[in-house]
Amino acid sequence: MRIQLDFGAVLAEWPLLLTGVGWTLALTLAAVLVGTTLGLACAWVRGRGFGEALAPRWLSAMVGAYVEVIRNTPFIIQLFFIFFGLPAAGFRLSAESASFIAMVVNLGAYAAEIIRAGLEATPKGQIEAAVSLALTRLQIFIRVVVPPAMKKVWPGLVSQIIIVMLGSSVCGQISTEELSYAADLIQSRNFRSFEAFIVIGVIYLVLSMGLRYALNWLGPKFLFGGR
Amino acid sequence: MVDFTLWDIVRNLVLALRWTVGLSLIAFVGGGLVGLFLLMLRLGKRPWVGRLVAAYVQIFQGIPLLVQLFLAYYGLGLFGINTSPWVAAGAGLTLYASAFLTEIWRGCVAAVPKGQWEASQSLAMNFGEQLRYIILPQALKIAIPPTVGFLVQVIKGTALASVIGFMELTKVGKTIANATFNPFLVFSCVAVMYFLLCYPVSLYAKSLERKVNVPS
Repeated sequence: MRIQLDFGAVLAEWPLLLTGVGWTLALTLAAVLVGTTLGLACAWVRGRGFGEALAPRWLSAMVGAYVEVIRNTPFIIQLFFIFFGLPAAGFRLSAESASFIAMVVNLGAYAAEIIRAGLEATPKGQIEAAVSLALTRLQIFIRVVVPPAMKKVWPGLVSQIIIVMLGSSVCGQISTEELSYAADLIQSRNFRSFEAFIVIGVIYLVLSMGLRYALNWLGPKFLFGGR
Repeated sequence: MVDFTLWDIVRNLVLALRWTVGLSLIAFVGGGLVGLFLLMLRLGKRPWVGRLVAAYVQIFQGIPLLVQLFLAYYGLGLFGINTSPWVAAGAGLTLYASAFLTEIWRGCVAAVPKGQWEASQSLAMNFGEQLRYIILPQALKIAIPPTVGFLVQVIKGTALASVIGFMELTKVGKTIANATFNPFLVFSCVAVMYFLLCYPVSLYAKSLERKVNVPS
């Protein structure tokens, strides 16, 4: 049997694909900025690497529950819960903001665990030295503990960020106009389903390799200083 | 309109949970077998075969599982194979799992000290014997915790099979949510079920990890 693939019909819809790429990248970027910050905060709450707990026990337990619940349920359920479930409880959200919130909540939980591993690897002497310089607790955390910790866990964090970017393809299911939604729209117009998903598959591949390259360059350069 | 009690919802979701578990097992076992085969190719003596496997891994790790499932669904149809959701979801998830497991296991084999390869070579073992008697038994011990951990990813991944019409937990949850107009309750129940399925596996993986990491 002969199979004829027609990529022309898919590529002719390039404005749709471009919009899709735009939304995918915008959602990812926003989720990375807010999600990593959330993860850092959660890691601080749960961290007990310096002999004493940093936050009250109840708060630490709550954050722990959040991390475990998110890490042990599928992203699509989290998204459906936020988009379909929350309106029933009185919070009405657009598809885009629901996608954004779901991605932040998801990345936050994973980032918390990844960053915590880095925080707990801080040598005790570093803290003692900082204390002897009369730095406050917050100063110690931001200036002494976080930069080397981030440097240590950066590769793991980059992988997680890429997983979240790929996960954003699910957001098309609630009609956020990201890349996989564009493919779905294109195949409903010209019935070139296989070709449409091959094309966006290639785009996702390029995006994930590009993102890994960009983050690996960006991290050392701007986030934790030095080579 | 039919009224659904909480019991009706939970009962239907538990019934749907069977398909999630079944699909997870198919993907995990299938992915493990394909992954093992790819690992052998990767470790073999031919560098271009190894590069091919590396490219395979890169492709499957670099495109979303959702897109992989759509490709399996439409691709199998294009090749004239009956695209029942079982076949498409099973094939898509198997390929996805195989790529990740190959990469995980490759890391475990790489963690076996290089001297072990050299020592076994000096005993005049051939490649197959080296793997079978020296390398794999050691790598296996390191590999078990991350492999169990990956099972959680597979279970969560099966939720995406709902988009190609597979009636598993997510799809049934969505259907019930549409029928009852109570998405908050239904999706909460669905989330709880996934959690009950995944959390014990996560805990088990964590405890295995602690056992392996004990300095001897």
